[in-house]
Amino acid sequence: MTDHALTSPLGALTYDPAPESTAIAHLAPSYGLFLDGQFTDAAQHEQFASLNPATEETLATVAQASTADVDRAVASARRAYDKVWSKTTGAQRAKYLYRIARLILERARELAVVETLDNGKPIRESRDIDVPLAAAHFFYYAGWADKLEHAGLGPSPQPLGVAGQIIPWNFPLLMAAWKLAPALAAGNTCVLKPAETTPLSALILGEILQQAGLPDGVVNIVTGDGTTGAALVDHPGVDKIAFTGSTEVGRLIQQRVASSGKRLTLELGGKGANIVFEDAPLDEVIEGIIDGIFFNQGHVCCAGSRLLVQESVADEVLRRLLRRVDQLRVGNPMDKNTDVGAINSAAQLARIRELSDWGEREGATRYTSDCALPDKGYWFAPTVFSDVAQSHRIARDEIFGPVLSVLTFRTPDEAVAKANNSTYGLACGVWSEKGSRTLWVAQRLRAGVIWANTYNKFDPTSPFGGVRESGFGREGGRHGLEAYLNV
Amino acid sequence: MLGEFSVAVASVATAFPSGRASLAVKLLDVAEAVSAGADEIDMVIDRGAFLAGRWGQVFDEIVAVKAACGAAHLKVILETGELVTYDNVARASWIAMLAGADFIKTSTGKVGVNATLPVALVMLEAARDFAESTGRIVGVKVAGGIRTTKDALRYLVVVNETVGDAWLSPDYFRFGASSLLNDLLMQRRKQRTGAYVRPDEFSGD
Amino acid sequence: MSERLDVKKTYKLVVNGAFVRSESGRSYEVSARDGSFIANVAQASRKDLRDAVSAARAAQAKWWGASAYNRGQVIYRWAEMAESRHGELAEHVAQAEGLKKKDAHASVSRAIDRLVWYAGWTDKVTQVFGGANPVAGPYFNFSLPVPSGVVGVVAPQESSLEGFVETVAAPLCVGNAVVVLTSEVSPVPALVMAEMTATADLPGGVVNVLSARTAEVAPHLAAHEDVDGLDLSGAGDLADELARVAAGSIKRVYREREGGHDALGRMRTFLETSTVWHTIGQ
Repeated sequence: MTDHALTSPLGALTYDPAPESTAIAHLAPSYGLFLDGQFTDAAQHEQFASLNPATEETLATVAQASTADVDRAVASARRAYDKVWSKTTGAQRAKYLYRIARLILERARELAVVETLDNGKPIRESRDIDVPLAAAHFFYYAGWADKLEHAGLGPSPQPLGVAGQIIPWNFPLLMAAWKLAPALAAGNTCVLKPAETTPLSALILGEILQQAGLPDGVVNIVTGDGTTGAALVDHPGVDKIAFTGSTEVGRLIQQRVASSGKRLTLELGGKGANIVFEDAPLDEVIEGIIDGIFFNQGHVCCAGSRLLVQESVADEVLRRLLRRVDQLRVGNPMDKNTDVGAINSAAQLARIRELSDWGEREGATRYTSDCALPDKGYWFAPTVFSDVAQSHRIARDEIFGPVLSVLTFRTPDEAVAKANNSTYGLACGVWSEKGSRTLWVAQRLRAGVIWANTYNKFDPTSPFGGVRESGFGREGGRHGLEAYLNV
Repeated sequence: MLGEFSVAVASVATAFPSGRASLAVKLLDVAEAVSAGADEIDMVIDRGAFLAGRWGQVFDEIVAVKAACGAAHLKVILETGELVTYDNVARASWIAMLAGADFIKTSTGKVGVNATLPVALVMLEAARDFAESTGRIVGVKVAGGIRTTKDALRYLVVVNETVGDAWLSPDYFRFGASSLLNDLLMQRRKQRTGAYVRPDEFSGD
Repeated sequence: MSERLDVKKTYKLVVNGAFVRSESGRSYEVSARDGSFIANVAQASRKDLRDAVSAARAAQAKWWGASAYNRGQVIYRWAEMAESRHGELAEHVAQAEGLKKKDAHASVSRAIDRLVWYAGWTDKVTQVFGGANPVAGPYFNFSLPVPSGVVGVVAPQESSLEGFVETVAAPLCVGNAVVVLTSEVSPVPALVMAEMTATADLPGGVVNVLSARTAEVAPHLAAHEDVDGLDLSGAGDLADELARVAAGSIKRVYREREGGHDALGRMRTFLETSTVWHTIGQ
């Protein structure tokens, strides 16, 4: 007699929907550019729509900034730098940043809802991770603004001037915070270019900058597509370019600024190895693997998109992993029960599908959750490929989606070699109960960030960034100031 | 018996709640409870022995108590608040299950720290793995500190997600909670009327 | 129509988050520079001091256990509260120090800005004073700054607000709990700041504020074995003797130096360094 309870599937009890209300997001039907402290039309009055990727509905239209608009923005930033910001003491700059941090927390729920609607990520993530970290980032760098002489970068480090900052669509508000906070603390003025598919939270941030009383022109926000970004990169009035996005685009930017005298920092792609040793506690490992690749739908540069599992526990880990994958709830990002939200755009969905097809074509074993997916919107069911070889495209190319490639190893040396066998070098995870082994591996991994017995942990005090083709420069911590100072 | 409802009788034994008595005394305690009609026996593990690393002794005691239970079911109380670490909770859970427990239970309710969600998760994971490797299900009871319906719902979610909804039955999962009932009654009333309720609306015992 | 009578305030001590009169029942008169009566403030006894040190010790672990971010937010909120009572503080400083209104306002502004400066240090200290050390062997070695524990402060006598903020915020921001004896002659601005510990979310016991006769209570503070650090800025002629007494339990003693301020000296005095070695190997 088999007890039904032994074999019933996990998580079969369904929960009522628990939708967060969208009422708090008072989105305007259209937004202009944020120039010189005001929202203003683009010169050509061109607008484009920002969609909710979970429903494909238009949330609002935003301005398409042309080269002329970028010119206005840079001029505004330059004026603000020369006349106001460079004459503002560090203590004063700090106060503006503290105000911004506090305002973000005051409007936290609104920002979280807007972020989820525009990006597709679950409300739990935007509410509990994106928005609080953004506020904390401003709070942390506020404290540096009047202490630059103690940062270990010289007795009197000076700002660079006008910073052009181009951010991606995966953590729109958080990336804006990561760029603006240190730049402003160090005394620079900024022209920020949000991603084409996720401009809205940056525009709400513009309102917050107004509420904080930030002097006009210290931050300018130019929405638009790739041409807007290119115009900013090429503009001779910009002293510094900071870019977060794909390695492909990063390469182009680096080429374009090579002889321009502009300073540059890049935070690019990754193919993070999540390394699991046989002594690691299994249930915690499973949660760590899941978080590593399915957090934010896998749209994370530092995602643990390769699982390197020690052979002796590979079967058991895979079995438990697939069981856990089946429990992931994919659906309405505004529902508080949702684990995995929508893919950000049709283009990204196509890319994920293409690379997954390659996975099958090259002979890996595919497991895709048969979870229900909504009819409208961009969705991809969590997928795990096992029997993956180092040479497979899905082991080498960044997929940027909820797709995990599983490989095995026998010895720590082999784990390190496989993890390092990549042109990327952003993040890795190491799972073991043995501290000395974890540190031994960490020492040898070519990665800018190494998580031990955890994954996807971020803090404003902790420097983040990659090695090799994952970029150069660090964001967060004392190290994050370097990018915006003339040192 | 309460009319048409059959309610089983559980009894504490084994020098509850401290468990600090000789094995002979504990077994006598059990035998008396069983002959007095107990359907279930709650025992406490010897935390002193456990924390001193005498796991074999802890195991042997549970085996002996289980034998003294006869037909009665055995609930083994781990007193997780005194075990402190999750590793200890997992280890104690496995010892109890391997030794023949029918249920593992978090607490006596007599110490400061009782059931918590992380502890329940560890115990349910152990019970799940034990069921998978032996085919025998050992139930889990969380006791102490579950005061509100919302707390209780959180535990039910953990059970659902960890071992499946078929375990959401008194045969496999239980709450040990005294003030929980009144909160549940208050919540049901609020759902009907829409207004927050006065606690004195319900009897205190 | 007679003029409205205002409601006079009783100034109390803050011990363990509670606003109390001295257990001795005593108070003493505080006058303005021109001799006019300001208030009777509580005159703390050695027993109040004893209770304050106990409270500080009990609260310190949790204060240090909170994240640096949280500590920074709490201290910043103290500044928010002070800012909202800028005018009130300026009146008290003017009265206490005999300053013109404009100068008193400037002093309050400086004090608030200094508090904001310290709020920003909580999560920078580790990076500035700590770091990994490249030892010659297969070890991961790192040094971390750790607060000394309970710091006793004899606040400056003349600088009724700025002095209070400086001597309290420095040990506080790096994770110490503080027991502060306010300026004897001008305690009121500090007592008003003390009121705000309640609305600033400072946990009880983290900052304990005692108005007292310096010569009566400071020696007990200096001798108290469960106090780890001592700031003698307001001890005047007593400082040398108190520094000797403090040596009894090897307290870390801060005294302002001749010839200028060391911006971080106060913080560093009340920080220890904890160095950890961890083996590296497969």
